[in-house]
Amino acid sequence: MDMTLQILYTIVPAALIAATPLLLTAMGGLFSERSGIVNIGLEGLMVMGAFAGIVGTLFFESLGFGFASPWMGILVAIVLGAIFSLFHAVASISLRADQIVSGVALNFLAVGLTVFIVREVFDKGQTDTISARIFRINVPFLSDIPIIGPMFFSRVYLTTYIAFALAILVWYVVFKTPFGLRLRSVGEHPMAADTMGIKVNRMRYIGVMLSGAFGGMGGAVYAITTAGNFAGGTITGQGFMALAALIFGKWHPFGAMGAAVFFGFAQALSISAQQIPGLENVPQVYMLILPYVLTILALAGFVGKAEPPKALNQPYEKGSR
Amino acid sequence: MTNMFKGKLFGIMIPLIAIGFGFLAGGIIMLISGNNPITGYVALIQGIFGDIYYFGETLQRMTPLIFSGLAVAFAFRTGLLNIGVEGQLIVGWFVSVLVGIVIEAPMIIHLPLAILGGALAGALWGFVPGVLKARFQVHEVIVTIMMNYIAMHVVNHFIRNYMLESGQRTAFINDSASLSSDYLSAITDFSRLHWGFLIAIAACFLMWFILWKTKKGFELRSVGYNKHASSYAGMNVNLNIILSMSVSGAFAGVGGAMVGLGTYNYANILPGFTNLGFDGIAVALLGSSTSIGIFLSAFLFGGLKEGANNMQGQAGVAPELVEIIIALIIFFVASSYLIRWIYSRVQSKKEGK
Repeated sequence: MDMTLQILYTIVPAALIAATPLLLTAMGGLFSERSGIVNIGLEGLMVMGAFAGIVGTLFFESLGFGFASPWMGILVAIVLGAIFSLFHAVASISLRADQIVSGVALNFLAVGLTVFIVREVFDKGQTDTISARIFRINVPFLSDIPIIGPMFFSRVYLTTYIAFALAILVWYVVFKTPFGLRLRSVGEHPMAADTMGIKVNRMRYIGVMLSGAFGGMGGAVYAITTAGNFAGGTITGQGFMALAALIFGKWHPFGAMGAAVFFGFAQALSISAQQIPGLENVPQVYMLILPYVLTILALAGFVGKAEPPKALNQPYEKGSR
Repeated sequence: MTNMFKGKLFGIMIPLIAIGFGFLAGGIIMLISGNNPITGYVALIQGIFGDIYYFGETLQRMTPLIFSGLAVAFAFRTGLLNIGVEGQLIVGWFVSVLVGIVIEAPMIIHLPLAILGGALAGALWGFVPGVLKARFQVHEVIVTIMMNYIAMHVVNHFIRNYMLESGQRTAFINDSASLSSDYLSAITDFSRLHWGFLIAIAACFLMWFILWKTKKGFELRSVGYNKHASSYAGMNVNLNIILSMSVSGAFAGVGGAMVGLGTYNYANILPGFTNLGFDGIAVALLGSSTSIGIFLSAFLFGGLKEGANNMQGQAGVAPELVEIIIALIIFFVASSYLIRWIYSRVQSKKEGK
């Protein structure tokens, strides 16, 4: 029993930390896809966010902002992510480009652009390492609660709590406000929404830019808490995994939250399974591919059918039938 | 008026204009970052044509790009977007190398067997999303993305645990399975150019033949144009979807075999994606999913990637610039609506006068 608890005390915080960037980015994907725009570009938005987060932190560090710098870095990443997502928005909403192709191009562009700038500025393939970090904290009082305390409130990043709070906020905004209703309506039936006086393309621009903001934040949180610097290989597939979490969670904030935590667990287990009795003989590869296999099964309807928003991947042309 | 935009000439103009825009944007980026665009582009072009070695390497680089481009295009003709070329290429690479190492046979049997192994592995990796699409109406894009990661992790797992020879890679394949060519290498100043380049050209003809000269090809294209009409005409839409994804995967798998049997003669643990498969999307898109177009755009992208080395060495421009140019070219091709719109504006102004 003690042994199990000890293991949970290491695995649960690790899983929550791994889940944080996935959760944030999945929330971004939710805004975009609920408005009817496929966002394969989440990966690229995370790359841009990781770059902006690190460069922003380095910049504010050099200005002497000290421990406020990583937080300002995250703000820079949110803004830059939203701006960068305009590429996808303009191409796929206004210019009616294929949304998937545009997303793929966004991923290429993000890696190319950021690594190009890093090389020009730092004269090497990666940035310097940030020295002002967001530290793991023990939450006062709550961390003293037996069992729950060490599991959920010890040695965690503040960003993790912010991410979970934001997910609840997203749920409220999308399902309980007029804005959310409009956003969902343009993703389900844009023509009906247009008839009701909702500006379809404007809602979609907002959806995509919010996905840029959240994706940028997700990338920055990953880079600042976990990686510490930025290179072309800092973000390798987290964006696609966030997309998987979104789909596995059936395009619902809480579903995506559950999926992100679950994927976080798989990730934490793949690193530390060797130390866990009963799991030490399970090859690491099973943990690595688990999120992807489950997503495929979810889509095929074996784990509850995942139905996308109806107008996903369709450009809206006024007056078309 | 609308006929003008559908003309054949305009179909060729869009990729060319997109390339022009892409290079223009690349030049502006060089200017902003304090480089001289002319020096940069001259170094880039010299890095492709300036030395027979560079040229040989360009042809070597374009070989897998042709295959991944053909793979994307083949599925696209049936109305499917195969983002999984990357994963299909990885399993094709691995299985062809596996056959190349494990089996001992004379070349005339061994080499085709190794390539076939790659094709079958790729086909299997395309078959799965094809079945899921046909049977459960699951969108192939998401499934293929997931299959990419599964491919990478599974292949890495096998190499790491069963085939590791030195460092991060497997043993070299037997010579009887190798596409390496002393002759092609010698005439290009010892580049890694291999026989696979000729196989790639043959594959371009093969795709053209299948799609445009056979009954099955007509069916596949027909399903791509209009699923419901094809179904009404008695074609088995689901079967064609599965077939298309499998053949597409096979093209990608052979592309992987070209890398494994030709360029490297081994497989290695991949820290991340090769991007050869993703580049195939760009190649197919720019080449308008035609064999000749794919060949030309594979040459362009292969050349850009090779020339980037020289551009860094001679002009001091970071090689990632070509990635930016490629990404922007995809944006411009995908947003051809913009080009059509500008064109129609210019045209109507002319008519106004």
